[in-house]
Formats: sequence, structure tokens, C-alpha cells
Amino acid sequence: MGVTVGWFERFASKLGMELLRILQRRVASGRDDIMNIHEYQAKAMFRESGIKVQDGVHCTSVGEALSAYDSLGSAVVAVKSQIHAGGRGKGTLFDPSSGEEVMKGGVKIAFSREDVEEYAKNISGNLLVTKQTGPEGKIVSNMYVESGCSIEHEYYLAILVDRDTKSVLFMASTEGGMDIEEVAEKTPDAIHKIWAHPMDGLRKGDAESLAASLGLSGGSSDEMVEMLGSLYELFMEKDCSMIEINPLVKTEDGSMVALDAKVSFDDNADFRHPWRDGLRDLSEEEEVEIRAHELGLSYVKLDGNIGCLVNGAGLAMASMDVIKLYGGEPANFLDIGGGATKESITAAFEIILEDSSVEGILVNIFGGIIRCDMVARSVIEASEEIGLDVPLVVRFSGTNHVEGKAVLDNSGMSVHTTSTLSEGARKIVELIGGGN
Amino acid sequence: MAIWINDDSKILIQGITGRQGTFHGIRMARYNTNVVGGVTPGKGGQTADLEGREVPVFNSMSEAISETGAGVSVIYVPARFASGAIVDAAESFQAAGGGLIVCITEGIPTLDMVRAVAIVDSCPDVRLIGPNCPGIISPGDDGGCKVGIMPAFIHEKGRIGIVSKSGTLTYEAVAQTMSVDEGQTTCVGIGGDPVNGTGFIDCLSAFESDPETVAVVMIGEIGGSAEEEAAEWVESNMTKPVVGFVAGSTAPPGKRMGHAGAIISGGKGTAAEKFSAFEAAGIYVARDPSEIGEVLVRALVDAGLRES
Repeated sequence: MGVTVGWFERFASKLGMELLRILQRRVASGRDDIMNIHEYQAKAMFRESGIKVQDGVHCTSVGEALSAYDSLGSAVVAVKSQIHAGGRGKGTLFDPSSGEEVMKGGVKIAFSREDVEEYAKNISGNLLVTKQTGPEGKIVSNMYVESGCSIEHEYYLAILVDRDTKSVLFMASTEGGMDIEEVAEKTPDAIHKIWAHPMDGLRKGDAESLAASLGLSGGSSDEMVEMLGSLYELFMEKDCSMIEINPLVKTEDGSMVALDAKVSFDDNADFRHPWRDGLRDLSEEEEVEIRAHELGLSYVKLDGNIGCLVNGAGLAMASMDVIKLYGGEPANFLDIGGGATKESITAAFEIILEDSSVEGILVNIFGGIIRCDMVARSVIEASEEIGLDVPLVVRFSGTNHVEGKAVLDNSGMSVHTTSTLSEGARKIVELIGGGN
Repeated sequence: MAIWINDDSKILIQGITGRQGTFHGIRMARYNTNVVGGVTPGKGGQTADLEGREVPVFNSMSEAISETGAGVSVIYVPARFASGAIVDAAESFQAAGGGLIVCITEGIPTLDMVRAVAIVDSCPDVRLIGPNCPGIISPGDDGGCKVGIMPAFIHEKGRIGIVSKSGTLTYEAVAQTMSVDEGQTTCVGIGGDPVNGTGFIDCLSAFESDPETVAVVMIGEIGGSAEEEAAEWVESNMTKPVVGFVAGSTAPPGKRMGHAGAIISGGKGTAAEKFSAFEAAGIYVARDPSEIGEVLVRALVDAGLRES
């Protein structure tokens, strides 16, 4: 019995991990590895690939929403806020200037022209706060007005790259419309999975068995199998990193329709998809993270007061950890990357100092391709250019660390140099008067 | 002995005429690594100058392998061509009896890697390390075998194996072993991409079988479950002591920390979980990378491999 339980727990936790990967793709912001697009853009793509969606019109104003309603000729329509974060339906809209609550729900079903007008007014230009946006929310500048349909059942479907099997995974559940994290937690056995073969693609038999495990039969099953095939082709052709449809619905006449569409792309494949630039919504991305990305820097803002400037992602994380270990709080993650230059290092200091809570900076460089003396000269230049008025600790190791230290020591600049990460972290914590 | 590469390994550089290939090829040669040639399609018949040492350039891997007898290849080609280079190497090595491919290139499209890894997996005698990694190095008596971009001078031949997802944090681990007068048999950077070749367990298993390696330092990071699986493997299979560190204890949930896979969500994939998996498996844990040296000494003393 013990063995069985252990196996099940492991299995369940593996499922949990996959779902979390989905979640992480959803919440990942900025231009690091993944580009998100809006539902209306994803649905246009679906339509082109022969994947069934309802008729719908992209709108940016109340007037446009009303003409969309008139042109759709559907008695019931959905008025949907278009932001990259999920949880729109259960979100809340606020007036961005007064902060007052305007409406519950970022996705509304309208039964009349008046409803459409009211909902569009409440959505357009207001702040939508959902579970995934965080309390700061997102201003909604795009809407989608879509014909309604009669739903018999809602399903969940996601397609993503599975790290464990190194292949494309299809995950489906009969519990559509719900939080998938909740499904994973409460009824993990309601989640069904198939994998595409890396060379042969999605096998028809696998698609059929996925449809069957969702309880689909006859024409609905055939439509599901066809949709899975088209989605796989779309996924491969456009270099997606994730497609999520929640809900995918069976209508009362047995048709399978993608009622929602969330598509994100693998940035590494941008070079073969120049059309992607036209789909980017820069207002959805963190300005400072875009700027950092363009300079080859990887930056994430945190809540502490000690800025970090490090080469390498693992070392950058470790630097944050050690600051915390010695009683400080890191203000950011910042990896300057292997190709850092004087310009990008100066820009990195600027980005760190834009955060007004920064009271001190730890520079941690393990020189490999990057030489410590080059970094030292860049630090001096940056300090002259932008005026470094907070305590600075520099830890150099690796390529030209002796030269780097000498450059700093002879510069007349107020800077503490150390040779280990521990010393560096302890020193910066002590200098800003924190720690234990 | 070291694992997978040693002083006798013959190395090919794919992308040898490119800027990265030349830059790192020179540094490999300076370390006395036996670079026997390179591949750049369309430039076969030329030679590449590695600081005065001329090596031949071939159009394809199959030609390069049959002419030089190389068993290792390192890839520095740009991301858009890298998966093609992996496939060329895998098929050519398999036809020639096997080989090791080390892909340094970062930014390869994930779906390209899905196909490339499937092909590598269909070649039973071929191993892929990376992509997006610093490579692998086995320090020798005079220089050694360096297949990658790591600073060679920080290493010294010894008895510790190192495996890590990170680049510079691997160097940190190397420096830590050196700080307690221990050198390395082999250091492997497996990279932080979601779809890659060799994983932690492959490396641990090779170190376990390597007679010269007496202990292993393993460096993980947040996200995924590779560290937990490795810990489980260690518990049931490893007789040699393992020292572990996990980067990202302070990483906030839902934020990607540089590497594609380094992200926590809903409290899963955290450093705390990985550290406790390490502890449960009897792995010696360092909470601060600057303490890896000390912890390693403790592990070696406990195993009767060092006095103090």
C-alpha cells in the first residue's frame, strides 16, 4: 500500500509541476523568452488555421463595440477585455484616476445593445485587476465583441513543450472554464494527456483517445481530433511556446468551438517569424524590462534595498540569496550576460538606480569571457556619468580580477572590493546599516 | 580518467571560422586541448589559424570525423543553424561509432531542440551536452581538455566532479574546491534550457563510475524538478559523497530569473523544496556558495578521504 501511495503522490506532484509550468508561462512577462498576444489576435490565427471560433470583432471604443454588435447580428454577445493576463472573467475593473470600483468581471455576456454599451463603457480605458495581473492591474485599451453560443459542456485544453519527455504535450480536462490550478489540486485524475511524436507528429490514434477520455463521441469526437491536428500544425509552424483554450466548448449541436484562445511564442524563433512584430503590444510589457532586454541585460525588480549587478543568471540568483542570508534584502535580479560592454554596464547601473529604494549596490563578477578590469573601468565610467551616491561593494574573481581590483583601488572612488561573495554580501549589508 | 573527455580526446569545432569559434578555439588550443579541425559548410579545404596552429576545415561532420578520427565536437554556430549542426554531428558520430557533442550556443528555438534531441536520442552512442551551457572541462597535468567557454586557468586536475545548470556559478564552485586545495576530474555545465541533452543524473552516474572522482559538487537552480529527481537517484545509487547548492532562495514566485527554466510558481520548484530533497537524500548542503569548499571538506572527512 505504501508503495502505491508513494507512486501516486509522485505522479500527482509531476502533474502539478506541469501545470505550474503552464502557469509560469502565463505569468511570465517582459520579453525574456516568451511573447504573448491578445485573444482577438490568437483567434484570427485560429480562424486561418481552420480551428472553429465564434465570429468576433476587435474594438477600441464604445462606438466600435456597438457597431460590432450591429454587424455580428447575434442576440447574445460576449464583451471581453483584452489584456495578456488571465483570470479576466473573475477580475474587477477600477477607474484608474479615482481608484473606484467600476464593474465586477472583465468578460461580460450582453443580452442587448444597451448591455453592450454599458459593459464597453465600464471596460474601455479602465484598470482591470485579476489574479494574474497583481494589484497594479492593467489598463484595458482593446476589447473583443464576440457572438454567443449555446454551450453544452466546457473543457480545458493546453499545448506546450513538456520538459520531461522533451516533446509537445496536449493536456485536456473536462473541467473547463475553471482555474486549471484548482483542477490540478482537487481532481488531478480529471486531466488527460497525450504527446506528439517529435518526428512523426501527432498520431491520430492518440488524438482519438484524448477525445474519448473527455467523453466525446461521434461528430464531436471527429471535430476534436481535427482541431487537435490543426492546433498541432499551428503550434509547430508558428513556434508557439503555449496554446491554452479555456474553455473549449461543445455546443448544443455537438460542434467543438474554441471560446477562448491564449497563444504565446518562443522568442528564440523570432528570426523566422518577422510578422510577430505586428502583433506585439508594448503596453503589456514592463518598460524597464524591455529596455534591459534590448541591452542584453536580464532584469527583474524586487522589493529590497540592495541593488545587484552580476554576470550569469545562476550567480545573480546566488548573490541575492547570500545578501538575504546575511540579513539584507536584494532590490533586483540583474544578469549582465556574457557579452556585456561599458555601455550595457552603465545602463545596468542606471536601471538599478531608477529604483528609489536602492540604498547600496553589490557588483559580483566571476570573470570568464568578461574581464574584471573591463568591468572595473565601466564601473568608474558609470559612476562619473550618472553619479553613484550609494555605497558600492565590488567582488571580483576569475579573469583579470587582480587588475580589476587595482583599477578600482587606484581610481579614488569610494568603493569596497572583496574577493568572495560572502564578504561582499556581508560588507554591503553592513554599509547600509542592515543585517543581524 | 575523468568523464567523457580527457587529454587524448580529439576535438572538432563546428563553426570554427566564425567569430565565436575562432575566439574560443584559440583558448582551447592554448590550454593544450587537442583541436584537430573544424567544420564550416562551404569552407571545406581551407585551414583555420588557432594562434599559429593551422587546423583543417571541412564541409561536413562526416568528412571531418573520417579525416581526423575525432570523437568530440563543440558547437559555436549561431542559434538559427545550431540544431542543424547538432543533427549533423549526431548522425555522423553514430555512423562512425559514437561521440560527444557539446553545444554552447544559446537562444536556439525550443521546437528545433525537440527535433534535434529526438535525433540524438535515436543515436545510442552519441551524447549531447547543452545547449546554452559553458561546456565541459577535464583539467590535465599540462593544460587539459577544455571543450567550451569556461576560464581554464581557475581549474586544476584533482578528484572532485562538478555538475551545474549555471555558467558562472560553476566557476564559483570550481574556485571553492580550489580554496580547499581540491582539484577537479571533470566539470560539466548542463545548461538551463527547457529541452536539452545530458541531465544531472547522467553526470552523477558517470562520476559514480569514474575511479578518479571521489566526490561530486552539484549546483541546481529553482524551477522544474530535475534537482529532486537527482536527489532521489543519489539516495538509491550514489556511494560517493555529494555536495549541493541551489540558487534562487530569494527569487519571487512567477518571475523568470534569466534562465528559461528558472521560475517558481504557486510555491513549487522552490529552492527550499530542492534543498530539503537534497537533505533527505543525504546530500551535504551549502546554503552560501562561498561555503561549498568548507562543506566539501566536511564531506571528504566524513568519508575518510581527508584528515581535515
